[in-house]
Formats: sequence, structure tokens, C-alpha cells
Amino acid sequence: MSEARKNFIEGIRAEAPLLIGVFPFGMIYGALALNAGLSNAAAQWMSSIVFAGSSQFVTAQLVKESAPGLVIILTIAVVNLRHMLYSASLAPHLKDLSLRWKALLSYLLTDEAYAPSILYFEKEGLQTHKHWFLLGAGFSLWFTWQVSTAFGIFLGASIPANLSLDFALPLTFIAMIVPVLKKQPTIAAASSAGVTALLAYNLPFKLGLILAAFVGIIVGTLLEGKK
Amino acid sequence: MNIWLVIMIGGLITFGIRFSLIYLLGEGKFEIPETLRKALHYVPPAVLSAIIVPELFIRDGNFDLSLTNTRLLAGIIAIVTAWFSRNTLLTILVGMAALFLLQWLSL
Repeated sequence: MSEARKNFIEGIRAEAPLLIGVFPFGMIYGALALNAGLSNAAAQWMSSIVFAGSSQFVTAQLVKESAPGLVIILTIAVVNLRHMLYSASLAPHLKDLSLRWKALLSYLLTDEAYAPSILYFEKEGLQTHKHWFLLGAGFSLWFTWQVSTAFGIFLGASIPANLSLDFALPLTFIAMIVPVLKKQPTIAAASSAGVTALLAYNLPFKLGLILAAFVGIIVGTLLEGKK
Repeated sequence: MNIWLVIMIGGLITFGIRFSLIYLLGEGKFEIPETLRKALHYVPPAVLSAIIVPELFIRDGNFDLSLTNTRLLAGIIAIVTAWFSRNTLLTILVGMAALFLLQWLSL
């Protein structure tokens, strides 16, 4: 098997457990979007044009409240601001790719595609075809998101709300991050970010998440610098 | 504003955010400073922890440290499993099983 194909399949495999958690989210989004008054087509197209779960939920909510378009757009921007951190973090790994590849991978860059990919990149180091891993992870997530949205639109209100399958999402993140927590600055970065996320939980637009990430990054960097 | 216009612009902005630094830092237009390179190393542990921790500790919008918070207990079991096994699939299976069991016990 070629190196590219191997990485692509590795990416899908790493993404698979996350997909279990993403599927119910996509269905709930589809049902909520219809409930908020979006047409079937608008609900479905938002999943492929915006392709960012939490901002889609917020958009549905704001449409329901008849918020002005400009407010919705600004909210989408702020909710998705954390992706800029992912963009920076992946930049060194993707720098030798063509612009077309960079654009494609940027379009697919979500929380769920970023997490397994960056950990894989950091483990594997320099390797020519590793971006195929991100493509595999990103594409399988994209596909699942489109299908689950369609299911949600189709099934509408008849979706069982409490299957707890969404718990697969934090569980997968736990399985990814715990083995990486080896050195003291990394552990301190994770702990301080976790505590900040709790303290700042009530901030709107996921700003608590961004603030927590910054606190963790600064704590980790400072501790590393001290050594 | 028309909902389609909102979706189009929202999509463009989202893409712009994701593409921004992959483009700016990756096209050799800027040299990535050493401190930033170091700092970026801490993005995954910081972000993932900031996503996970509230999922475990906050139930229905409130901080919940009680024994009835099944997600927190199942999460701790998963963390211990991940620490010792370093196995993704096992961690998820044990975590899900723990959650189902705890929910069943607390019914």
C-alpha cells in the first residue's frame, strides 16, 4: 500500500470513535435547525458551507430568535475563532503543501479532525505524506456530518434525545490526550486550561474555551522556558 | 438579511479563520519565532483539556461534583484506563460501559 493511502486510512481509523459521538450531534442539529424555522435545504447546506458544529447550533438558535443577519455572522466568527489556534498549530506541518491542499485541509479543519491529526504529526515528525492523515480524518468527519444532518432533517422531532452516545466525544479526546501528558509543562498546561475552562464556563460564544486554551499555552510555555 | 447570504458569509469567514495562519505562517511570508513554535506545542493539551473538563464537571449548566454526576465518574474511570492502557479503543469502551452502568445503577 502506498504511503499516502496508508496515512489516509490511518486518519479514518483514528477518527472512527469520534464519529460515534458526532453522529447524534449532527442529527440533533438537523432537527433543531428545522425547528428554528430553517428550510430543509438551508439546514443541510449550512452543514457543508459552514461545517462547524457549535456555530451551526448557535445559528439555529439565533434564527429562531429572529436575530439580525449581521449578529448571526459575527457570532459565527467568534464561536469559530478557536480554529485560528489550530491553524497556527498545523501551519509548520503543512507548510510545504500546495495552496490547493492547504485550502482543502483548512476547509476540513474542525476540533475533531485537528485533535487526532496534530497528535499524529507530532509523533511521526517529518514525513512526506502525513497530510493524508488529516484528509482521512477530516473527510470521514465531513461525510458523517452531512449524513447525520440529513437524518436529523428527515427524522425531525422523533429523535431519541438521551442515548448518551455523545459521551463518546469527550471520551475519545481523553483517550488521545492522557497518553501525551508526560512532561511537567504539558501536564500544567492541561490542568490550568481545564480549571480556567470551568471558571470561565459562563462566558458567551465559547470565549471561555479560547481563554482557557491561552492560559494553558502560556503556563506550559513559561514552565518550559524556566528549565 | 437573507438566510442564504448569512450562511455564505458565515462559511467564508469560518474558512478564512481556518485558512488564515496555515497560509500566513506556511507561505514563508513570516518566519515562525521560536517562542511561538514552543507555545504552539501546548495547543493540543490545553484545548483538549478545556473541551473535556467542562463536559465532565458541568451538568445542565451547573458545576456538579456529586456522586450522581455519572459523566464525571465515568470520565475519571476513562482517564485511569487511558493512563494505564494507552489504548484508545479500550478507553472509549470502558468509559461508555461505565457511563451506562452508572446510569443504570442510579435509576
